[in-house]
Amino acid sequence: MSNLVDVENLWVRFPTRTGVFDAVRGISFSLGKERLGIVGESGSGKSMTGRALLRLIRKPGIVEADRMEIMGQDIISMPEKQMRQLRGRDISMIMQDPKYSLNPVMRVGAQIVEALSIHEKVDSKLARQKALEMLEAVVIRDPERVFSAYPHELSGGMGQRVMIAMMLIANPKILIADEPTSALDVSVQIQVLEIMDKLVRDRGMGLIFISHDLRLVSNFCDRILIMYGGRIVEICEAGKLEEARHPYTRGLLNSMPQLNIKHDRLETLDRDPAWRDQESVSGIL
Amino acid sequence: MNALELVDLNVWFGEGSDRVDAVKSVSFSVKQGDSFGLVGESGSGKSTVLRAITGLVPNCSGSILVDQKELGTGRSKRFYKTVQMVFQDPYASLHPRHTVDRVLSETLQLHGFKEIDTKIPKLLDDVGLGASFRFRYPHQLSGGQRQRVAIARALAPEPEILLLDEPTSALDVSVQAEILNLLCELRAEHHLTYLMVSHDLSVVGHMCDNVAVMQHGELVEMMTVDKMRNQQADHPYSKHLLESSARYRS
Repeated sequence: MSNLVDVENLWVRFPTRTGVFDAVRGISFSLGKERLGIVGESGSGKSMTGRALLRLIRKPGIVEADRMEIMGQDIISMPEKQMRQLRGRDISMIMQDPKYSLNPVMRVGAQIVEALSIHEKVDSKLARQKALEMLEAVVIRDPERVFSAYPHELSGGMGQRVMIAMMLIANPKILIADEPTSALDVSVQIQVLEIMDKLVRDRGMGLIFISHDLRLVSNFCDRILIMYGGRIVEICEAGKLEEARHPYTRGLLNSMPQLNIKHDRLETLDRDPAWRDQESVSGIL
Repeated sequence: MNALELVDLNVWFGEGSDRVDAVKSVSFSVKQGDSFGLVGESGSGKSTVLRAITGLVPNCSGSILVDQKELGTGRSKRFYKTVQMVFQDPYASLHPRHTVDRVLSETLQLHGFKEIDTKIPKLLDDVGLGASFRFRYPHQLSGGQRQRVAIARALAPEPEILLLDEPTSALDVSVQAEILNLLCELRAEHHLTYLMVSHDLSVVGHMCDNVAVMQHGELVEMMTVDKMRNQQADHPYSKHLLESSARYRS
């Protein structure tokens, strides 16, 4: 056992009035000590995959898998109490918009301390010190001020850095980042991603980076799973994106305008219904 | 001929010590049939410029000229027939309980069009939605389809100038390509003038001929798209913007 995450035949289903909707349809993958990207359009099931790993899919949603392990621990049958221990200590998640994921009526510092004290017995002085160190690690210039600030007093980029600090303070081994910067400006985006990337590397963590932006992901990941219609259609090495063969991957790559090249028309995706029925590619290491 | 000209535009919010200057003496002009891009990060005042043109800000000074005629404080019906705006979020800009038909016919009625019944299928056709979409509600449409309806609504009064406020930033990259292509086609077909706001330099680079960079409410640099493509910015801030978007998109 050296993989951080192992998933075999994962299904996420939602019963609706018109029948059961399959959001994720039987995908298998594993995460080693690496940075794994999951890319797809909205509705491709990429976020549901991330949420399923933390068991955050609420009823009436149904999660089924042959095997789902985080650092060797089976999380399908794990009791909720134990699952709560696992979240934050072994695996953490950064969500899209800091505006909705920080508690608006609690000071930022208290929220970071809370994330730590749930998992470790620390006295308040040490906890405060650790939180300040963590804020410094995410390149916040004035940690003391941010520590006692409320979320609405922070900019989006700062809020997201606070989220990263909060998620990493208990030293988890796996970080899931679900569109961590799509609510941020381009110039801030790169800065936040670089901070996240550095921390993940320095601590030897595993990263799952979920995004719809294939080129962005390729800069921060080693391996990329491309999802379409709840299945994995292709797996690429990040450095070899140009060699991607699946028409969907090619379409995602080419539909993006590029600053240095002039296009008269952007390529658009012709979604082939047959893609939905193709076998899912296995991402198991 | 300039379709749109701003001279020394200032926009501010609040009074006295609460006063925030959102736009500080911005001047530029857009030629007829051109596509002009405004870039900058959030809070730089780029969307406020568009809102000032459409008369949606409480206080502004300076002059705005459309077709070489200066606008006063109010905006006439004629103005809205000439200038239309497409907003950022197609989920928020369509009335959730109005069908596509009602959205479009309301606009057409307001501008005194006859034969609305034959015009609607034509409009839907123009934006690449079939007539089958006519009686749908916004929740029955995807994000890209909604933005197409919003574009159809903007096209309904047969305007000359379209103001585009981040028209694709709420959409997937693959859908973004479709909408950008559509906007390019419509510009050629209807001889439109675009003023487009975006924080994505590659989108502006694809759509526009000239670009203005804004920071803290001021226009810091204007350049042609070719200059931007070759990374030839003069102002340190525009250099920084270009570098940060070029570094990770190659």
